Amino acid sequence: MKIKREDILHLANLSNFTLSDEEVLSLGKDLQDIIKYISQLDDLDTSEVKSTYQVFEMENVWRSDEIIEQDASSEQLLALTKNEKDNQIKVPKVL
Amino acid sequence: MKTANKRLTAERLVRDALEKAKHFADYNIFTFLNEEGAIKRAREIDARIARGETVGKLAGVPFALKDNFLSPEGQTTASAHILEGFVSPVTATAVAKLEAEGAIMIGRTNLDAFAHGSSTENSYFGPTLNAYDKERVAGGSSGGSAVAVALDIVEFATGTDTGGSIRQPASFNGIYGLKPTYGCISRYGVVAMASSTDCIGFLTKTPDDMDLLMSITSGQDPKDMTTLPDYYETNTHLATRIGIIKDFDNDSVDAEIREALRSKCDLLKSKGYEIVELEMPALKYALAAYYIIVPAEVASNLSRYDGVRYGFRSENSDTLDGLYLNTRSEGFMPENKRRIMIGNFVLSSGFYDAYFLKAAKARTLIVQEYEKAFDKCDYILTPVSPSPAFKLGEKLNDPVAMYLEDVMSVSLNLAGVPGLAIPAGKSASGLPIGLQLVGPRRSDKSLIEFSKELM
Repeated sequence: MKIKREDILHLANLSNFTLSDEEVLSLGKDLQDIIKYISQLDDLDTSEVKSTYQVFEMENVWRSDEIIEQDASSEQLLALTKNEKDNQIKVPKVL
Repeated sequence: MKTANKRLTAERLVRDALEKAKHFADYNIFTFLNEEGAIKRAREIDARIARGETVGKLAGVPFALKDNFLSPEGQTTASAHILEGFVSPVTATAVAKLEAEGAIMIGRTNLDAFAHGSSTENSYFGPTLNAYDKERVAGGSSGGSAVAVALDIVEFATGTDTGGSIRQPASFNGIYGLKPTYGCISRYGVVAMASSTDCIGFLTKTPDDMDLLMSITSGQDPKDMTTLPDYYETNTHLATRIGIIKDFDNDSVDAEIREALRSKCDLLKSKGYEIVELEMPALKYALAAYYIIVPAEVASNLSRYDGVRYGFRSENSDTLDGLYLNTRSEGFMPENKRRIMIGNFVLSSGFYDAYFLKAAKARTLIVQEYEKAFDKCDYILTPVSPSPAFKLGEKLNDPVAMYLEDVMSVSLNLAGVPGLAIPAGKSASGLPIGLQLVGPRRSDKSLIEFSKELM
């Protein structure tokens, strides 16, 4: 399939970043090459095959329903942000 | 490996390692040197030795930590701009277990940002140079870790392997590198790349060191629900039949690597092992399946980096949406962006069935192919990568050529089976050649033991 400029912009939008004009060109070419490569799976017959999403051998792992102490305190976590006020993280306006 | 005692102090071991690290500064191995912290820890260990206390199996052993493992010593950046300034309040389980046995982290090592790459050239901090040829790549993504061990700065280094990121740099620098069975070592406190294939492992100079580190760090962790208690065996079993994959013996693989494989097969035959030729046609599709499944998981795992709670935050954004967009636009490397976009492409409506679902089905065929192979042989011996270390810049502008580096390593991650990169001599131009031993799930210890037959 042919990847168009608007496809690249749509994917960047889904990915939550913007691209410069230069990036649109270079990433566009790269994505075209990569999609061509991964499309070789078309040749593989998987009509009778179930899918695998993980190779872990257990279905569920249970633990007792108790509150577990966290490794980091809320003070330590808040200290990681660039802009904190009154125990809250400050960001630009939402609306 | 050398451990500290009353005559050889931990402080001496640590100071020697730090001195070597500085001597080799031009290789760009470390993103952070833990001078103060390491010497402080060493003195604590020496004091305990002086008091006659037991100090653990890795007393005073200096090690290098791939910079995607969380610990409060230094920033954890994953060599990505977007994590700049992040000093973790928590410690990864694997790091805590090593430190509980007395090991001392002397520095954090360079990697391709978020472990996306096969050369360490995708690092925000620039590439790490190969230990044997400064004009060539270290391999990746655990390039800094591999060179730190190969140049004998440290006894061992940690790594992560999502598609070959421990084995390929180990082979490019002539050392041992293990990608364990999926679920062997806790992933808690390690920057996630692709959760269904990420494995924690080590780069070492000997198989015995590898065995010791695995016995210390493996095991169930309530903080990582994909770990099981009995993943690392206590006994080893005897092998008699070694498989080789016919499809890998062709012109796309360097002649000297194929020759190294043949010579190791001759060695095994002379020791009485049977060599079994395997046909594994589904492996041809492993790389395509990998570069669908892994970017999909990458897109999901990297959606958390928004500049709000930790790491880099772009200045001058008027709105919250603008803050997200600007932070991610400025904070990710081009390869991060490629993988996130491919991931969102294969997951998006209209393409999901043709790509992601198809790849998940191909993964089943790959798992089954390994199961069938291990009915016919005990272990498989293959190349790690198609060529020895390539020149810096050679593949940087051709992502598909870079991805082809992983063509013989990614299928193990999709199947969850262990693989051990072992040194197998040098090329005529003096570059290390590595081979890879592959075993069924849970055969890690036997695989390490068996590798001694190939020394």
